[in-house]
Amino acid sequence: MLGEAEPQWLSEEVKTGTTIIAIEFNGGVVLGSDSRVSAGESVVNRVMNKLSPLHDKIYCALSGSAADAQTIAEMVNYQLDVHSMEIGEDPQVRSAATLVKNISYKYKEELSAHLIVAGWDRREGGQVFATLKGLLTRQPFAVGGSGSSYVYGFVDAEYRKGMNKKECQQFVVNTLSLAMKRDGSSGGVAYLVTIDEHGTEEKVILGNDLPNLFNQ
Amino acid sequence: MEKHYTDSKVKGVSTGTTILAAIFDGGVVIGSDSRASIGGEYVSSKTINKVIQVHDRIFCCMAGSLADAQAVIKSAKSHLSFHSVQMESPPLVIAAASVLKELCYKNKDELQAGFLTAGWDSKKGPQVYVVSLGGMLISQQVTIGGSGSTYIYGYVDAKYKPNMTREECLQFATNALALAMGRDNVSGGVAHLVVITEKGVEHVVVPGDKLPRFNDE
Repeated sequence: MLGEAEPQWLSEEVKTGTTIIAIEFNGGVVLGSDSRVSAGESVVNRVMNKLSPLHDKIYCALSGSAADAQTIAEMVNYQLDVHSMEIGEDPQVRSAATLVKNISYKYKEELSAHLIVAGWDRREGGQVFATLKGLLTRQPFAVGGSGSSYVYGFVDAEYRKGMNKKECQQFVVNTLSLAMKRDGSSGGVAYLVTIDEHGTEEKVILGNDLPNLFNQ
Repeated sequence: MEKHYTDSKVKGVSTGTTILAAIFDGGVVIGSDSRASIGGEYVSSKTINKVIQVHDRIFCCMAGSLADAQAVIKSAKSHLSFHSVQMESPPLVIAAASVLKELCYKNKDELQAGFLTAGWDSKKGPQVYVVSLGGMLISQQVTIGGSGSTYIYGYVDAKYKPNMTREECLQFATNALALAMGRDNVSGGVAHLVVITEKGVEHVVVPGDKLPRFNDE
């Protein structure tokens, strides 16, 4: 065969086909994501952290097109810095989510990324906002990305109101673990971010330390 | 929350339904929802039974094109009853699954149907077989199918345990179907369940208002 065709990953769009989840508890939020970035059938990055800080106590989880999602996150990070200097205090989570929503809505035809915004502020405590396609809605928890389809049933069944921080972290890890097992575009390690009034804690759970709920 | 293309215009993807089968200690539960829809927009039947009996202790659930599935099952039923007369004993579950598999494999270019086969026989006890779209036949402990199944992979992976009791397995199956019906717009209605054991066959129908509810409803 004369001449090899160029590798597929050079011509495919880079997507973070992914699983992301954020859940609120009394006093804060927990965000979680997998770490796989794919271009077509190749995994181009197996350790990407999709939980991106927008401010000290506000994070967002990226899904969809990697470039679009990162750009939105960077733009909002900048806009939020300016806003927080103008008001002279830490921004509200709702403000961050609104900034993300504004970009998602205005450029909804050109962009294909979904960001879940979650964080803690003094006024409302822990909050989770979904911003799919320019919608802004506050929810007790939100899942997103290609892997989320497989775990809708699980999160519907297992979510309970009033879970504490540890239970929320376990819920997030279990959900990510199940989704990563079933979704070809999710995998690698699990990143966890816990935000409460005392601070922000980032954690990585390696693949072999993930719970093995799948017993077949 | 990404949109998934699960309608019948896409080749190789199951159409509007949720089906499942699971083995418990001493038997097997097979079940489905009861909605038939046209193009995902109109519910043509709220109470269709997708669990078909192909022999005394062998039941099938169909996925994919309903027309293809019905034609295959009709042909399989007659093969199976003839086979059973020749062997002078009730057919094995794997025989039923194999008959379906032969039909699916030999006609793979024309057909778009897959099956779950569940039953009990005296040789191997309770069994579940999956015949996929192209005609692959495998045996599993628990299996799900149809467009609604996407949403309950995580739930089934987490909650299915081998050697459950009959009640636990029924509850598991009902919960799984209810969760799928709650998220998939082309699955719904009532939950049809059939419990097959050595002693016999029992039909359980759980109407919509008696389905388990989960936190956000």
